[in-house]
Amino acid sequence: MFTELNSILNSTPDSFTKGEFILVSDRQSDASFLIHHFLSFYLRAQCKVCFLGLGQSFSHYCAISQRLGVSLAQAKEKGQLIFLEGLKESLSILIPQEGHTENQAMDFLRDPTVGLRSLYKFVQSSLNSSSSGEDGTEEWGPSVLLVDDISVLLSLGVSARAVLDFSHYCKATVCSQLQGNMVMLVRCDGEDEGDDGDDEGSELLLRGLTHQCSLTLHVQGLPTGYCRDIHGQVEVCWRRRQGDGQHTQKKLFQYKVNDKGASFFARGTSSAVL
Amino acid sequence: MAAPVDGVGKPSAERSPFNSTSFQKKTRSKLISIPGTRPSVQNGQLLVSTGVTSLDYLLGGGLAVGTVLLIEEDRYDSYSRMILKYFLAEGVVCRHELFVAAAQDNPDDILQELPAPILDDVAIHKPVDQPRLSCEPQDSLDAMKIAWRYQNLPKVQSALASTSRFGHYYDVSKTMEPEIRQAAKCHHFYLPEHPTQSSTTHSPMIESYSALLKSLQEVIHREGFDIAASMPKSRNILRVGLQSLGSALWGDDLSCHDNPRHSHALTTFLYGLRALLRSSLAVAVVTVPSHLIQDRALMGSITRLCDNAIALESFKGSERETNPLYKDYHGLLHVHQVPHLNCLASQLPDHKDLAFKLKRKQFTIERLHLPPDLSETVSRVSRGELAGATMVASACGSGTSGTKHLDF
Repeated sequence: MFTELNSILNSTPDSFTKGEFILVSDRQSDASFLIHHFLSFYLRAQCKVCFLGLGQSFSHYCAISQRLGVSLAQAKEKGQLIFLEGLKESLSILIPQEGHTENQAMDFLRDPTVGLRSLYKFVQSSLNSSSSGEDGTEEWGPSVLLVDDISVLLSLGVSARAVLDFSHYCKATVCSQLQGNMVMLVRCDGEDEGDDGDDEGSELLLRGLTHQCSLTLHVQGLPTGYCRDIHGQVEVCWRRRQGDGQHTQKKLFQYKVNDKGASFFARGTSSAVL
Repeated sequence: MAAPVDGVGKPSAERSPFNSTSFQKKTRSKLISIPGTRPSVQNGQLLVSTGVTSLDYLLGGGLAVGTVLLIEEDRYDSYSRMILKYFLAEGVVCRHELFVAAAQDNPDDILQELPAPILDDVAIHKPVDQPRLSCEPQDSLDAMKIAWRYQNLPKVQSALASTSRFGHYYDVSKTMEPEIRQAAKCHHFYLPEHPTQSSTTHSPMIESYSALLKSLQEVIHREGFDIAASMPKSRNILRVGLQSLGSALWGDDLSCHDNPRHSHALTTFLYGLRALLRSSLAVAVVTVPSHLIQDRALMGSITRLCDNAIALESFKGSERETNPLYKDYHGLLHVHQVPHLNCLASQLPDHKDLAFKLKRKQFTIERLHLPPDLSETVSRVSRGELAGATMVASACGSGTSGTKHLDF
């Protein structure tokens, strides 16, 4: 949990807006540090978290969350965290073996044209099991879905449209029905957003998800080039929908990631520069 | 993260096997040492050397065990093949096991061309070379007269020293001796030897990649490179070298067509490779002919699915070969990705303008230095000529030749 980011987003583990769809995107950068922030944030807020870790192994997230002060193994044991380890589950499908029971969630690897229905069912079942009224166990806060990262699904052959359908279904379930939050990481590659002929996959996905979400954090490299002390810039964009009509508010920060967290500062005020 | 420095020695009954991957936090327990590896100074990951010491430095000390290094080949595949051979030769010298897969060359041929290590302190495994026992006091010629207290101590063995050294140097003009090479265990995957059965699944991965992944998993299970496996013998590292993945010889039309039919075969394979490596004590180097792949977005997702990614751009055949600025170097090297596993921050290299040079005894990667333009006559004449030419063109009736720099 990065305290500076909490103050930028005006949220603390005790009070944060519910029903939000937060989109973390990056372009030729790596925004996964923000996912670690949100993971530790929601675990500290005592929410029930469903994490689809498609890119890295469980111990990677464990080690980083340890440094941020949250124990993932403990949360998993208590039932607060439901972790889908994409890498491990995929092996049994990519290399078919007899007599090996596999998790249905990664079924799209068998045939990507089918879509992500089984993955959505996994999300639904894991988040709905809490509200089925298990007394005796602890009461968790609102449900949260975290996806890291959704562009891996594009690389595995799933079409952008299927991914947009999946995110729409998840948003309907998590944000509207369960009044929880959803955070997704999407990664883009191109230098400019102009050519939509080539890269119809990830640009289409980014645009579609940006339309669905209520808060975006877009991470990019510095426009002036590579710098060791400032790792890039984050553009935070709110798309408020309640009450006084829809108005967007944008803020731009520069950031630097270090071992224990990330520091955010206004443009040009990095400690390396001043 | 790289393989656990701690958890390898523990019996697997203590942990549930499904939680063990190669990435575990280092705890304070007995350190197990696998020859040819060392823990990283930044975050305790287990590192192996790529065989090229300057590349090790660029990647943050070495290749973390459990990760994939992607090398985007240069146009004639000369230097990327060289780095692959360095990687395999380092494995032979450190007594790791090798797994070589290729579709074009027979892996045996690749292994015969490995460069010879520079042998100051590499202990060649010769069975006849037994350390002499100290119970030979009758040998009066060897009896020490002054340091007689040291007479009965055993002779020093140099074998231990070589295994603790990280990164060796190789002489590319000689090939590795067969006896050194045969001491290392190698597994081959030569694609023409594996007949492809037509698969009935709609999986995006093509048959050659599926066969390769399956064969690699079999080797890992059989030889005990799984993290979760509890093998009583000492652990070792498996070095996997995959040559020219994505080329047409693997049955992949990624490099032939603008809109390939199997556009996601290689990316699905790399995902499966990452899944395999994260749960075993193995490290992979994959070379991809990226100059043949037209789709830049696909190349981007291939890069993101590998942990380390470098690209080589050689000057051979281009006009830069004769450019005096680049005369000291053989090509440029671009670092596209450096992983940050088990930690938030990554160690990006300081400079982005790197060039490499293959010398006989070393493959050096250094920052591209433009030499200072010290020769006064050369530069001034060239500038003077240019100025003189324009002067002659513009001024009418000026009879000077214009070669003099100072012209009143």
